[in-house]
Amino acid sequence: MSRLLPYPLLAVSLLAMWLLLNGLSLGHFVLGGVIGVAASNVTAALQPPRSRIRRWHLIPKLAAIVLFDVWRSNVAVARLILFPGQHRRVSGFVIVPLELREPAALAVLACILTCTPGTAWVEYDSTANKLLIHVFDLVDEMHWIDLIKNRYERLLLEILA
Amino acid sequence: MSHAADLPLWAALLASFFVLLGAGLTLIGAIGLVRLKTFYDRIHAPSLGATWGAGGILLASILIFSVLQSRLVVHEILIAVFVTVTTPVTLMLLGRAALYRDRSENTADLPPPIRTDGETKSGDAI
Amino acid sequence: MSATILSWSLLVALVLVGLAMVVASFRMMRGPRAQDRIVAFDAFYVNAMLLLLVFGMRTGSTLYFEAALVIALLGFVATLALAKFLMRGEIIE
Repeated sequence: MSRLLPYPLLAVSLLAMWLLLNGLSLGHFVLGGVIGVAASNVTAALQPPRSRIRRWHLIPKLAAIVLFDVWRSNVAVARLILFPGQHRRVSGFVIVPLELREPAALAVLACILTCTPGTAWVEYDSTANKLLIHVFDLVDEMHWIDLIKNRYERLLLEILA
Repeated sequence: MSHAADLPLWAALLASFFVLLGAGLTLIGAIGLVRLKTFYDRIHAPSLGATWGAGGILLASILIFSVLQSRLVVHEILIAVFVTVTTPVTLMLLGRAALYRDRSENTADLPPPIRTDGETKSGDAI
Repeated sequence: MSATILSWSLLVALVLVGLAMVVASFRMMRGPRAQDRIVAFDAFYVNAMLLLLVFGMRTGSTLYFEAALVIALLGFVATLALAKFLMRGEIIE
């Protein structure tokens, strides 16, 4: 099983993509399955770092938190763009020390932070395991470090470890 | 617009709301691109259009085509996933590129380099 | 009734997204530096993709969806190559 399917998650998502593009039918299901298995075997030659999802049930929670935060910061940034005179906005860089080391988890964290309009991932140093982000509306540095560490990093550490 | 005539009113209203929300957020993001003063501020603006801007329009599209064809049409999810995965990648790479260029030109107002152990000088490439 | 509401709101959305493209292209022309232009280009192609999706809703054809997907793919690769170019001054190392 593991020799035929080295990356089951990749194979399943390729199958899902194939079905979304071509419509649901038995023929496409078989063809997409073959493509998924073949492509994930080809990817095995690249030897991407293998990561295990330990707690599946926390993924919806993380997704809900991220969707809500993205919505909230969308509104906040939109308001700041439209009415710049409301309060003196200071933007700046914040260095966040991380505990995460898993590449997949770091990639997810990068997507979350950059997708949220208020924060942008700028630089990451793997030896010091520190992260440099740019914050659009920087009121309190500790608030942002706290937010990242308690809201996202802890969940990610539990999901992917 | 003849195809929309058999759309129920609730679907039309909901789709209108989502499409206007998405388009409005996209426009605000683009305005921010022009209004904001520094590059690092401007890098936040496109993600407005890429998250809920695209999300609103895609939700409206899913709604309209699903109701019209009376089956679940969700291939728009592909674009949503693609946009949410690719936009951070480009913005991150651009941020790093800008930082690299600014550091090599010693522009003022730069963030401190992460490594403080003295191995690298502040102008070095990361 | 519902057709009128939908057609009007889609028209307004078309205008809004079109305006967003105009504004983004303004930043693209203005600069001042290369990275500003590339960020503007990134916003520009995402807006073009959204414009095609709204077109698709207006005409009721799913053909525009494929075009939007192609724009998203090509735009992503183009921005990535440009950003890579900024990092080192060459794309193929």
